Amino acid sequence: MESLKELRNPELVRRMAEAVRRTKAPPATLMEVCGTHTVAIARHGLREVLPDGVRLISGPGCPVCVTPQEQIDRFVALGRLDRVTLATFGDMMRVPGSERSLEQARAEGVDVRVSYSPMEAVAAAARLPEREVVFFGIGFETTAPAVALAVLEARRRGMGNFSVLCAHKLIPPAMLALLTSEVRVDGFICPGHVSVIIGSDAYRLVAERGKPCVVAGFEPADILRAIQLLLRQIAEGRSEVESAYARAVRPTGNARAQELLARVFEIVEARWRGLGEIPQSGLALREEFAALDAARRFEVAVPTAPEPAGCRCGDVLRGAMDPPQCPLFGAACTPATPLGACMVSSEGACQAHYRYRRGQAVL
Amino acid sequence: MPAGQVANLPYHGPEGQRTMMRNERVLLAHGDGGQMMADLIAGVFVSRLGTAEPAGDDAARLAAGRLAFTTDAFVVDPIFFPGGDIGRLAVCGTVNDLATAGARPLAISASFILEEGLRISDLKQIVDSMAQAAEEADARVITGDTKVVPRGKADLIYIATSGVGEVLKGVSVSGANAQPGDVVLLSGPVGDHGLAVLSRREGLEFESEIVTDCAPLGRMVQELLEAVRRVHAMRDPTRGGLAAALNEIARQSQVEIEIIEAQVPVRPAVAAACELLGLDPLYAASEGRMIVIVKAQDAEAALSALRAHPLGREAAQIGRVQEHHAGRVLLRTALGTHRILDRHVGEQMPRIC
Repeated sequence: MESLKELRNPELVRRMAEAVRRTKAPPATLMEVCGTHTVAIARHGLREVLPDGVRLISGPGCPVCVTPQEQIDRFVALGRLDRVTLATFGDMMRVPGSERSLEQARAEGVDVRVSYSPMEAVAAAARLPEREVVFFGIGFETTAPAVALAVLEARRRGMGNFSVLCAHKLIPPAMLALLTSEVRVDGFICPGHVSVIIGSDAYRLVAERGKPCVVAGFEPADILRAIQLLLRQIAEGRSEVESAYARAVRPTGNARAQELLARVFEIVEARWRGLGEIPQSGLALREEFAALDAARRFEVAVPTAPEPAGCRCGDVLRGAMDPPQCPLFGAACTPATPLGACMVSSEGACQAHYRYRRGQAVL
Repeated sequence: MPAGQVANLPYHGPEGQRTMMRNERVLLAHGDGGQMMADLIAGVFVSRLGTAEPAGDDAARLAAGRLAFTTDAFVVDPIFFPGGDIGRLAVCGTVNDLATAGARPLAISASFILEEGLRISDLKQIVDSMAQAAEEADARVITGDTKVVPRGKADLIYIATSGVGEVLKGVSVSGANAQPGDVVLLSGPVGDHGLAVLSRREGLEFESEIVTDCAPLGRMVQELLEAVRRVHAMRDPTRGGLAAALNEIARQSQVEIEIIEAQVPVRPAVAAACELLGLDPLYAASEGRMIVIVKAQDAEAALSALRAHPLGREAAQIGRVQEHHAGRVLLRTALGTHRILDRHVGEQMPRIC
C-alpha cells in the first residue's frame, strides 16, 4: 500500500498531467478497452489534460455492455424455469433485456441472487440441493479463471445442481476486429487486470498491424504514463507493445490462470453488442463439462427482439460515437432511466460520461 | 409492441415520475436513499399526502416550530453487526433525525414486528441495546407496540419508531436554510456503518474489522448549538451516503455545494474495503455523523464545539456553499478537476472485470 500512496501523491499526478499536456504529438485518437479505465479516466478528468488534437475514446471494454441482449433474455428465461435460482455479479442486475432486466424479474418473483464470486454460487448450490443454481458467466479474461475454478470445484464435489451460462469474451480478438472497422484508432491503452492474466505479449498481433499498445494500471499516474508512452511512439513512428504496469503484468502473463482457462474452456465465435460476430473471441465450456453448461442443460425459448429504438450503444462500444453524441444521452437515457447497457453498467462509457460530467470550474 | 409493455419513449413529465414509468413494481433500488427513492417519495407519497413544513427535512416541525416530529423504520440485515444491532440503530437513528432539527429528544415510540421463531434472547439483547442507546442519548422510549407474524413473513425483526423533540430556543435549522458563503462541516469519517453491515452480511472479512459508527448525536448537537446558535442546516448522511444528503440540501436550499474530495474524512480500512468492492465511500451510509452548515465566520467556533465532543473528534471542513448552479453538488478532485456528484441511482453494486 505504501507505493500506492506514493503513486497517488497529488503533486506527482499534477506534474505528470503537465508533462502529458506539453507532449509534442501529432493529432491522434487513443482507445481504451477496459471498463475500469473508462471510469478512472472520467473520474479523474484525464481527458482535460490531453494535448490539443489528441482524443481519447472508449472501446468495448465493459463486459456487461458487450453482452448481447439475447444473452440477458436467455438468462432471465432460465430463471423462469421451475426451481431455478439465478446467480450473477451485481453489475448485470439493471441491464435491460428486451422485456425485463434481472432486477425487474426479481421483483416479479424470479429467484435472482447477487454473488461476489462464482464460488459463492457454488456454495449456494451446495446449500440448496433442491434448486438448480445457474451462474451468469460474464467477464473477460480476468473473471473467467474464477469461473473455471468454480466449474472444476462443482464437478469435484459431484454437484448435480450447478451450471454456468457462459458468456465470457476475449479482448485481443476484439481489438483486432476494431482495426478493420471504419473507426480510426492510432493506439491502444491496454487493460490492466486482463493483462495480468494474458500477459502484455498478447497484444503483439495488434502492434504488428501498426498500432502501438501500452498496458496501464488504474491510478491516474499509471494512465497518464501510458498516454505519454503512446504519444511518444506515435510521434516516433513506432508500434510496439510497452507496459506501464510492470508491477503487476508480465509479458507472458499468469501461466496457472491460462492453464485453468484452457482446461475448462474452448475458444469459440462470439457475438458482441455493437461489433457483431467476432471469430475466436468467446469462451464456451468444453464438451466434458456439458452437464455444467446451462446452455446445453436447459431448453429455453428466447425471442429475437430489436434493441430499443434510437439506442446507440453499439456505436459507442465500437468507438464510433462519443456518449454525449447519442441523441438519447442525458435526455431519455440517464442512469435513472437507462435505455442501454452503456448507461446502466457502472463501467459503461455512457454512465461514466454522465456521472462524472464536468462542472464549470468554479475557481 | 406487445400489449401492456411500457413504451421506451422519452417521457418529459415532471421529474418525479420519470423512473416510475419503467417500473410497474417496487424494486429494491427504491429503498436505497438515492434518486429512485426520491422519485418514489415525490411521485407516490408527497403527491398524495402533501408534506409538512419544512418540506424535505428529516423531522417535521409542529407547534409553531417548537417541536420536532420524526418517524423511521429499521429493516437492517443482519440484525447484529460489528459494533451494534438493529435496536441501537433504531434509537440512534430517531434521535439523530430530531437532532438535525436542533431538537433534543422528548419521547420515542417503538413498534416491533417480530417473526415467529425469533429467539427471545436475541430480542432481549436488542432491547437492552435500545435502553443503552436511549441512556446515552438522554432519551426515553415511552410507548410501543408489538406484532408477531408467521415464520417467513418478516425477516426476524423490523422496528418502526417515532420521536418527538423540543427544538432549542432561537434555533431554526433546516435543509432549506443553507446560503451562499456558508461553510460545510462533517463531524467525522463516513461509511463505517454501511461497510460494517455489508461485511457482516456478505461474510467478508477484512484485516482490520470495520465497526459501525452508529451513535446518538443529540448531545453533540446541543453543545454545538450552544456555541453557535445560528447553525443553518444539518443532515445525517445515512442511506445514500454523503452524496445523497448533500444533494438534498442543495436542492432544498436551491444552492450549489462544492466539496473538496481530499478533505472528506474516510477511515483507511473503509476506503480499502470500498475499493475492493467497487464502492464509493461518498455513497456509503453512516449512522453517527452529521453534516453541519454554518456561516463562514462561525466555522471555527462550530468545529471547536464538535471536536470537543467525543463523537466529533475528527470533525473537518469539507466544502462550501455557493451560488452558481442551484441544486447541484460539485466535487473537486485531487487533480483539481471538478465533477458533478449526483445521488446514486440503484443499489450500490460491486464491479466485475
